Amino acid sequence: MAKRVGIEISAAIGEAVKLANVDVVASYPITPQTHIVEHIAELVADGELDAAYIPVESEHSAMSACLGASAVGARTFTASAGQGLELMHEVLYIASSMRLPVVMAVTNRALSAPLSVWGDHSDAMAVRDTGWIQIFTENGQEVIDNVLCAFRIGEDRGVLLPVMIHLDGFHLSHMIEPIYIPEQSEVDKFIPPYQHPLPLNPDKPVTMGAFGPPFIYTETKKAQEVNLTAAKEVILQCWEDFGSIFQRYYHPVETYHSEDAKILLLTMGSYSETATMTIDTLREEGKNVGLVKLRLWRPFPFAEIRQAVKDAEVLIVLDRALSFGGPAGPVCSEIKAALYNEDKKPKVVSFVGGLGGRDITPDGFREIINRGIEISRTGSEQEFEMFGVRE
Amino acid sequence: MEENTISVPRVVPRKIKEKYAVQAPRLVTKDEFLAPGHRACVGCAEALAVRLACKALGANVIIVTATGCIEIISSQLPWTSWRVPWIHTLFENTAAVASGIEAGLRAMLKKERRSAKETKVVVMAGDGGTSDIGIQALSGALERGHDFLYLCFDNEAYMNTGIQRSSATPFGASTTTAPAGKMSIGQVTWKKNMPAIVAAHDIPYVATACPSYPFDLMDKVAKGIATQGPAYIHILSVCPTGWRSAPNLSIRLGSLAVETGIFPLYEIEDGKYNLSIDLPTLRPVTDYMELQGRFKHLPEETVKKIQHRVEEEYTKLTEKVAPTKGLSE
Repeated sequence: MAKRVGIEISAAIGEAVKLANVDVVASYPITPQTHIVEHIAELVADGELDAAYIPVESEHSAMSACLGASAVGARTFTASAGQGLELMHEVLYIASSMRLPVVMAVTNRALSAPLSVWGDHSDAMAVRDTGWIQIFTENGQEVIDNVLCAFRIGEDRGVLLPVMIHLDGFHLSHMIEPIYIPEQSEVDKFIPPYQHPLPLNPDKPVTMGAFGPPFIYTETKKAQEVNLTAAKEVILQCWEDFGSIFQRYYHPVETYHSEDAKILLLTMGSYSETATMTIDTLREEGKNVGLVKLRLWRPFPFAEIRQAVKDAEVLIVLDRALSFGGPAGPVCSEIKAALYNEDKKPKVVSFVGGLGGRDITPDGFREIINRGIEISRTGSEQEFEMFGVRE
Repeated sequence: MEENTISVPRVVPRKIKEKYAVQAPRLVTKDEFLAPGHRACVGCAEALAVRLACKALGANVIIVTATGCIEIISSQLPWTSWRVPWIHTLFENTAAVASGIEAGLRAMLKKERRSAKETKVVVMAGDGGTSDIGIQALSGALERGHDFLYLCFDNEAYMNTGIQRSSATPFGASTTTAPAGKMSIGQVTWKKNMPAIVAAHDIPYVATACPSYPFDLMDKVAKGIATQGPAYIHILSVCPTGWRSAPNLSIRLGSLAVETGIFPLYEIEDGKYNLSIDLPTLRPVTDYMELQGRFKHLPEETVKKIQHRVEEEYTKLTEKVAPTKGLSE
């Protein structure tokens, strides 16, 4: 039986990486990701994890080294955040476009300037079109469960795509939580050995990364889009199998008291836990509110989102990132787009908050919900409102 | 013919002459790992250098190429010129990709997930991909001591994108982003000494080579690949398109770069310098420069300045070969 231990979530990720018997880890330190790669370095130094650990000189090189390792068929892991993820940006496209299933934990962090090491989702949103599978998590258990799932999903022969597991910087990365760490034998059964179908190997030479002129580029991108969209079936199957083994179940969109709710709040990541407290209080007060939590960000779960919100009158979306000069927060824009052609849909209200590590308390969520209801009735002069700004 | 109008006495180094004496072609494998039919310009010495290097490397390699001429001439979906495993990802990250490949092979070998035969990792990048945009990744990989060979094919500008200057462009050369004009001689900076920068990382093997000296080049590549740890070879690759030179002069221009002392051939093995060709006297730089359109605008005093600098640098190099002072003395 798996043991439940009190452990820092970053260290638990290291334990998951060890359980997955990763071959290569390439990483560059950046707050708040450092505890993950420090713990992995310790595991390698102590001989508990038999992996090559490459302490590279930048995040650009971290992801580049991961490309190389993955291309020869090695199971590969890295972690990053904020500016580090941005420095990797162009390399992220290569991993997905060349079908290299690197797994990366992202301790979500705000983007400079001003410099902020604290959490929000600006980094995740900036890389949303890089072709990676992106999964958001709410607590430590979800983080390590999904890191394990990431290897199985990404390395699936029908997927072969890189996977980002998002956890909020500090709010999750630095928390000590009681977490079930699975047994090695259970993990070995759950994650099959990685076998890239066509690795770089002198016994069977392949060319990887040839350039694509106009007569072929569109076809390669269409294939990539079909591939990422189709990965959803594998993700669903993986979560189902995970649930049957470990009794913890994950879904692309999860809900809390949403069934009969006329007012819905939509959140991503660790702030969802705080929001549930507000929902509980409001329910006790007899208010008909519920919560929708978006877990699978890419591929985007259109059907599940439409299903989850179709009976609501108001949907209040909280983004932890800005799209400067844009129509709403990035998540809200996509929710609106997903609902636009639906006959029956709620009014959608966009809030941006929780930037750069700014907390949103249960009372804060109450304010957001109340203001959201107000805007749904009276409208707002702004396309979206920023919550908690001192003016 | 233009070729007949230029009198260039051939200086064949001793080591190389010996090999010619036993019928040179027999010394070289007939296997071609860079297939014919690629799209290099006529007279491209870089394509020749890659072809020769591949012969010395053999089949048991994985080649990592930076964006640039080599990548463009040898790959286009759905075709490839490569008969060995080959990967191209980006411009500035080849040394990092090679780091990952080397680490991946090592880890999988240890876990017995690969056969025991030792596959070598080789980077091929241009001067821009090496001395400009890729220098950080290269420095990192050298410092970490990965077991790989880095080949820099230096054609002295961004030729693939249309002859833009790089830090490897020589002083006085006219390029499209440092053009000669009424107020400029073109490139106003001296060529970055990339082999010296690499040597400062104290890696076991550094060398310079040029395909005008094919056996020397292949010997060095073979030595580089046999080195445990990082090895680096800087290969001057004459580019008729960018140098505005006649395509039939590429081999001769390579020799002249060496014989003028502009591009000396040497090795640094475990910190010890050796000249591959010891030139008793240097030919005047004009012998080399007057065959190229990129220098034709230069006034006499600038050419003199270049001549002076070349002699100075060559002297510094010879002093490194035979150091006069040291702690042991």
